[in-house]
Amino acid sequence: MSNGRFILFACLVGVALVAASMFVTNEYYVFAAYFVLQYVVLATAWNILGGYVGYVNFGTTAFLAIGLYSAAALNKWLDLPIPALIPIAGVLCGAVGLVMGYLTIRLRGVYFTIATLALSVVVQTFITNWDYVGGSRGLYVMRPSEVPVFGSYVAYLFFLMTVLAVAAVVTARAIERSTFGFGLAAIRDDETAAAASGVPVLRLKLVAAAISGGLMGMAGAPLPFYLTYVEPTSSFSLAYTVNSVAMPLVGGTTSWIGPVIGAVLLGTMQQAMTVLISSSVNLLVVGLLLVIFVIAAPNGILGLIRSKGGKKPDPETNPLAAMLVTEKRSSQ
Amino acid sequence: MASSIRVDNIYAGYGSVRVLHNVSLNVAPRETVTLLGTNGNGKSTLIKTIMGVVRPTSGRIVATIDGKDYDLIGKETEEIIDLGVALVPEGRRLFPRLTVEENLLLGAYRPTARARLKDNMAYCYEAFPRLAERRSQLAGTMSGGEQQMLALGRALMSAPSILIVDEPSVGLAPLFVSRTIDMIAQLKERYHLTVLMAEQNFTQAMRIADKGYVIVHGEIAFRGDSPEEMQRSDLIRQHYLGM
Repeated sequence: MSNGRFILFACLVGVALVAASMFVTNEYYVFAAYFVLQYVVLATAWNILGGYVGYVNFGTTAFLAIGLYSAAALNKWLDLPIPALIPIAGVLCGAVGLVMGYLTIRLRGVYFTIATLALSVVVQTFITNWDYVGGSRGLYVMRPSEVPVFGSYVAYLFFLMTVLAVAAVVTARAIERSTFGFGLAAIRDDETAAAASGVPVLRLKLVAAAISGGLMGMAGAPLPFYLTYVEPTSSFSLAYTVNSVAMPLVGGTTSWIGPVIGAVLLGTMQQAMTVLISSSVNLLVVGLLLVIFVIAAPNGILGLIRSKGGKKPDPETNPLAAMLVTEKRSSQ
Repeated sequence: MASSIRVDNIYAGYGSVRVLHNVSLNVAPRETVTLLGTNGNGKSTLIKTIMGVVRPTSGRIVATIDGKDYDLIGKETEEIIDLGVALVPEGRRLFPRLTVEENLLLGAYRPTARARLKDNMAYCYEAFPRLAERRSQLAGTMSGGEQQMLALGRALMSAPSILIVDEPSVGLAPLFVSRTIDMIAQLKERYHLTVLMAEQNFTQAMRIADKGYVIVHGEIAFRGDSPEEMQRSDLIRQHYLGM
């Protein structure tokens, strides 16, 4: 499927989701679906750096919280609407991703991961001490109960998150099939070899870190309006970090669909468990699943499907190979 | 037009560890120059410095390509590759889970190389018919000698005029060592390359080298302008030939 067609397809899925949400009478389901879609964005964003380049980022909460708090602060200061806050949060978090990437780029493996974890702590300390957004006391975010077109505010938020999820998935898929993505995969396999082949390793890693961080920040921007009350402890909840790592790993990290499968599966499961059992078993089950998958299916659900079918290099997914094919065609 | 590369008074290292001290060497157009030295003397560091991976503290590295001089210091690796300098890294460094053809395609990652992708691919398969036979095989499943072919082929994909080879004999069976060395000589003739080759295996390297340098503890300890001069050197007789 070409990128254009995929965008159309993804938009149709988005429209179907939003349309379905209009018919749901119990608002809780829309609330829960928002939660799942938010994880689709976070997992997809994480996978751009963690899956495609192999740099495991434990700083999801930092980016999400920067998006969340920048939106809360700007809303308090200038009363900006969410559609304006989302791109601002994206640019801000993209810049943070770029700087973090630049500072930690010499670190590989577990050292990089520790550095990203440190970023979360730094951001949390900063926000806890930032009075304008309430510090550790927290901040209430006012939202109107009705919005035009969508009716309820929750439906409106759900629409925004659907747009973000579609955008994130389309971006991830386009990266995967571009020479950029091919370069990222080369870095993941062997950084030295990639450099020797002329892959601009530093630049590609920085761009991936910026895109990944930017998407996470965008996912955070509508969150204060979803929660209506934000405070540092729950905004920096470990659940965001653990989930955004676990979802791509469970789904499969080599393709855009992996994080989507993981997010839908684990996200839905967590919502169901919150209602049926208790909210505290959520992470326990995610942890257990992660252990099971690491042992039994290290390549995720995607790996289970692929290993049966057998992998064949495909000009459709390999941009350089595709170029060779088109060149052959045009020269005939 | 042929290309050359000139290293003048390079000092380089990693942090506070100084590896190269006042290293100078010259690879004239269409020459094969070998850089000899045992492990830990600075061969790879010098190559990394030329390729822009290690930044020297002082000195100059100038590549002359098609009659134009380019200062390589301060350039990124990919810019140096764009100029027509290709590297075959030590230990081959293939992408084992990619196919032969995909490995070659990655060698053409640079936009300049992509523009001539088809020609370069044909050029590569012509130089190594074995690679054409195995184009859809995973690189990691080939023999050491074939992997070395692929590493050379991948470097050729950027259509270089200067080829830098870091220890081609590492990890190869003796028969493949001499074949690999022969391949480098053939490629040089066929594609009018200028070659700089770091090697530990003196006897093999000298079969194809026009000139040689011996690097000891990060300094050029000896320069031989002809194979005969290299053979006569006391230093080499001591260190490599056990005489």
